[in-house]
Amino acid sequence: MTGKIPIAKTYKLFIDGAFPRSESGRTFSVNDTEGELIANVSQASRKDFREAVRAARAAQLPWASRTAYNRGQILYRVAEMLESRKTEFVELLKSIGVNSRSATREIEDSIQRWVWYAGWSDKYSQILGSVNPVSGPYFNFTVPEPTGVVGIIAPTEPSMLGLISRLAPAIVSGNTVVVVSEGHSSLTSVTIGEVLATSDVPAGVVNILTGDQTDLLPWMVGHLDVNAIDISGISQETDLTLIEEAASNVKRVVSRQVNEESLELLSDFLEMKTVWHPIGR
Amino acid sequence: MSTSNITFRKTGSSIKVTPVDEVSLEARAASLATRSIKTDSKRAALHLAIRCMDLTTLEGADTPEKVASLCQKAKRPDPSNHDVPSVAAVCIYPEMVHHAVEATEGSSVKVASVAGAFPSGLSTIEARTADIADAVKRGADEIDIVLNRSAFLAGDEQRAFEEIVASKDACGKAHLKVILEVGELGSYDKIRQASMLAMTAGADFIKTSTGKISQASSLPRVLCMAEAVRDFAQQTDISVGIKAAGGIRTAKQAWHYLVVIGETLGTEWLSPEMFRIGASSLLNDVLLQLKRLDSGSYSGPDYVTVD
Repeated sequence: MTGKIPIAKTYKLFIDGAFPRSESGRTFSVNDTEGELIANVSQASRKDFREAVRAARAAQLPWASRTAYNRGQILYRVAEMLESRKTEFVELLKSIGVNSRSATREIEDSIQRWVWYAGWSDKYSQILGSVNPVSGPYFNFTVPEPTGVVGIIAPTEPSMLGLISRLAPAIVSGNTVVVVSEGHSSLTSVTIGEVLATSDVPAGVVNILTGDQTDLLPWMVGHLDVNAIDISGISQETDLTLIEEAASNVKRVVSRQVNEESLELLSDFLEMKTVWHPIGR
Repeated sequence: MSTSNITFRKTGSSIKVTPVDEVSLEARAASLATRSIKTDSKRAALHLAIRCMDLTTLEGADTPEKVASLCQKAKRPDPSNHDVPSVAAVCIYPEMVHHAVEATEGSSVKVASVAGAFPSGLSTIEARTADIADAVKRGADEIDIVLNRSAFLAGDEQRAFEEIVASKDACGKAHLKVILEVGELGSYDKIRQASMLAMTAGADFIKTSTGKISQASSLPRVLCMAEAVRDFAQQTDISVGIKAAGGIRTAKQAWHYLVVIGETLGTEWLSPEMFRIGASSLLNDVLLQLKRLDSGSYSGPDYVTVD
């Protein structure tokens, strides 16, 4: 044999811990900066979205019921896996037009940021929760609980740091997510999915769909079993009246442009539960 | 394997049992499962699935209250939508029959009770028939018993047959469904034989599974039983019903079964008198699909009642 056979990666969806192709059979192509084809990526349909939500819903309670310590450990493990695949990510970002220095910095920032959020897993409830004074024979507590299933429109730029910054604060508190990614950033998102699949993150906690965000947005907004959506990554041209449908099940809609670690982003996906408990002897 | 005959001493009747071609059977079932149901037909299929459903609770932890709420759900599956029909029956333990009779009074919902040492069927035939007679006395319209797999698999088909005949006698006017527990029979040929045996012995319905073992109903197994029913009808002019139960959880699975029954036995069988689906969690999924058809957007488990 004279030459090696090139083995190109197939970019597929990440649903319930597995990497299926789209049920629709559709794909879209992603080219590098030179215009050369990098990959044909699966284009998710509304049915893929439905399956992803189903998986996220099934995984939500078990994920939230794990101890905060255990969730933190799993997120640290993700950081370790990201660390070991640094060069792969640098190459990937370079192929979609990020220069070498920025790519390296983006990966390093992403890992640091992930670990920052991982550290919050067993600390945010002490900071955000409270014991409230009431005028009666009651203990009164406020405790944060995860919102549930969160739909995330992945930011296209920067593709790695952008998604990491949205994903980590959502899942650290026990939410499960369905990410919709499009264009060049799809490649980064799917590769992050591959890291998650090998990092003890239970199946269904993170589901990643690639395709057309404007296509899938109405289904995400209208789905009654999605409790919150993060549309911070949405493109400027998107018709925002689409979001109104989110009122149908009083979905939490988050749109927050922050470029640093932020506890606010974590608390966006929390619901505060206040409990009255009679004082007795 | 060639065609065999089962002759039963008691009635002297003889029934031809043809062998099953496993490969074709599975291929046929798989091809029927790929049939696409268009949006216009979906609502009809979902309504039919509800009308043919035996809403089931067979847990050791069943209480009169749980049975009462099951019956409410059986009568009005979706309280927010009058168009959704009632289910065919509720399926419960004999101890719960009078609670169910009380709760379903005045409605079209029938009361089906498992009886006869469900789910193993391994107590004396006297105890089993007494159990059946007792459930009927308490007001059950339908009785679900199990085939004596122990006798059947040991080759004592005659005994398995006579026990069903005795059970049928004990039922009186109530309908008798015989559970074959297909997951324990081991081969399609055995399923076919057991189906023929149960029908010859007087079963009004043959039913796949108890739902108590992991190997339950499957499309090829139900197809195998449906072909037996078709054969039996051709040989004797008696139409016997089919009940698929165990492991049927999604609306999609339910309409696969409807397709298999409709294609094998004809539309005559697509009614609650001739076809039943036994399930506990299926109803909620069907209701979610109906909501999806009505509203256009996907619904979620928060929007249907929990059992």
